[in-house]
Amino acid sequence: MNIHEYQGKSILKSFGVRIQEGIVADTPEQAVEAAKKLQAETGTGWWVVKAQIHAGGRGKGGGVKLAKSLDDVKALSDQIIGMQLVTPQTGPQGKKVNKVLIAQDVYYPGESKTSEFYMSVLLDRAKGRNIIMYSTEGGMDIEEVAEHTPEKIFKEEIDPKVGLQGFQARKIAFNLGLSGDAHKDMVKFVAALYKAYEATDSSMFEINPVLKTSDNKILAVDAKVNLDENALYRHADIAAMRDESEEDPTEVEAGKSNLNYVKLDGNVGCMVNGAGLAMATMDIIKLAGGEPANFLDVGGTASAKTVEAAFHIILKDPNVKAILINIFGGIVRCDRVAQGVIDAYQNIGNIPVPIIVRLQGTNAVEAKKLIDESGLKVYSAIQLKDAAELVTKVLA
Amino acid sequence: MSVLVNKNSKVIVQGFTGSEGTFHASQMIEYGTNVVGGVTPGKGGQHHLELPVFNTVADAVKETGADVSIIFVPPAFAADAIMEAAAAGIKVIICITEGIPTKDMIQVKEYLKDKSSRLIGPNCPGVMTAGEAKVGIMPGFIFTPGRVGIVSKSGTLTYEAVDQITKQNLGQSTAIGIGGDPIIGTTTKEAVELLMNDPETDGIIMIGEIGGGMEAEAARWIQANGTKPVVGFIAGQTAPPGRRMGHAGAIVGGADDTAAAKMKIMRECGIRVVESPAEIGEAMAEELKKAGKI
Repeated sequence: MNIHEYQGKSILKSFGVRIQEGIVADTPEQAVEAAKKLQAETGTGWWVVKAQIHAGGRGKGGGVKLAKSLDDVKALSDQIIGMQLVTPQTGPQGKKVNKVLIAQDVYYPGESKTSEFYMSVLLDRAKGRNIIMYSTEGGMDIEEVAEHTPEKIFKEEIDPKVGLQGFQARKIAFNLGLSGDAHKDMVKFVAALYKAYEATDSSMFEINPVLKTSDNKILAVDAKVNLDENALYRHADIAAMRDESEEDPTEVEAGKSNLNYVKLDGNVGCMVNGAGLAMATMDIIKLAGGEPANFLDVGGTASAKTVEAAFHIILKDPNVKAILINIFGGIVRCDRVAQGVIDAYQNIGNIPVPIIVRLQGTNAVEAKKLIDESGLKVYSAIQLKDAAELVTKVLA
Repeated sequence: MSVLVNKNSKVIVQGFTGSEGTFHASQMIEYGTNVVGGVTPGKGGQHHLELPVFNTVADAVKETGADVSIIFVPPAFAADAIMEAAAAGIKVIICITEGIPTKDMIQVKEYLKDKSSRLIGPNCPGVMTAGEAKVGIMPGFIFTPGRVGIVSKSGTLTYEAVDQITKQNLGQSTAIGIGGDPIIGTTTKEAVELLMNDPETDGIIMIGEIGGGMEAEAARWIQANGTKPVVGFIAGQTAPPGRRMGHAGAIVGGADDTAAAKMKIMRECGIRVVESPAEIGEAMAEELKKAGKI
């Protein structure tokens, strides 16, 4: 699960990670109030207005601006709230901004130069352990750093038996070229960051940039926090941070019907049991000359009710020109699924696109007979190859 | 022979009296699997499906000599169940449960390091040796005893491959569903290695998907050590980056995670890679013919 920057920062702060302080606002008026309050609390003279959406690269799209006066705060908030923010991660349609974070200016001048670093905590799948990945190249796209200067990326592996050790945090601070107070503060920062990661069952933290201020404090200027959805049952407070308005509304609706659905841009919808077979079915659609319109796993019990819910979800997408249903009946009997398709079809009434049903496994022959004799405009197949050919045929 | 499970395996079911455990245990028994009992804490001493129920895995091992366990307990308790099985000396632990938190699995993996148990899964369909033992949730009737081994991250896609092999008038030795989570007990490479060393397996089907580096690792191992034809398929050629495709581990994070990157490495390592999942069976039959095995 993704959360907003301001939510991620509040989690970090609660574990003692120093952050760039800020207050979230829904309107330009609230933004001004937030700016005044922040000035009183932190003494900041300038503010940063940051769009709160679930996507990175916000600065590149004009979603992060520096305000040098309260008038600026108001004008910039007015401009950013409600805008359709396009970043390299949102796709061309962008994302609507509903909230801004009014944050303190942390790049103030002082006794030393400021520096920016990169730091993330994540799972190394091959090792089955968490790692802290960090770099002196902060504030940049880390994929680019990895491609051009991989020697500037460091990794520290955490032993699950004992957790992060002091020497590891010190090594990180040394590798980042820090000394004196900044070094000490970085050691504390890393320890608190890892503690927050562990305690919240996160699947990824990405702090880019981590800033060394001109007075040698270390703090998180941004916070991308990803949580392990499988562990949300033990973090009700964090689960409540979910912002459904950031998700595709059809995906949210599908989730409520226990369907695992991901919207894509193609023209052939699909409905499949099992995640692997669902991905493979998307691939089949492409090979047959179409483009998959979605990923949809109906799970282990493809009943008439789930099939009907899945039809409704797929048909919401106006790009869908055909639907391929691919069910491998193991425990679930194909004739039951076939009856489900027929019932759903009749309940919905007129389905405007051709439907191809491929049922294989338990009672596949009976299922094909049911479909063929139903009188509905449904093409049926048993072999995967035949289903692919039917996709090509209906798209022609 | 085959691998991991066979007709002599003594299987216990953890989460035996729950609805999933009950249903699948009955199916396993019906297939002829040697299920010797089950574990449900607090129900020890009772009988279920005419088999003894034990409070602990250790009790079950002591009384029945069980060497294989299949786990159906809910995600919040599954890591504990795996470690209990390992502590009791179970040789092959098969965890079906989907949705175990990653943090729990990091601990499980660490715990298993100095144990002699092999974990299969979690979030997998189980292991099946055709005609001998079904220790999982796969439909038994699609299998025919034969000499093709299967390794797969996916459930229904495994059934698809099994069915295509049966339709080619070939059969299966052992099908190993390794699971679709980011941390799993037995990797693609380890499962392939088991089948490569199995004298009753002539060819191997390796089914992967987007996310992680296990298929590349397996491919490199096959290039160096392979003695049998391998047919490969990677699901998710059309999956967009950054989106989780059902399985917790099925996500394209970087360039190495994509289906295209994995298929390229597999081809370079001498694996027969098919673009379409509809061609798995035919490809295996052709490769076995070339190798003079049929």
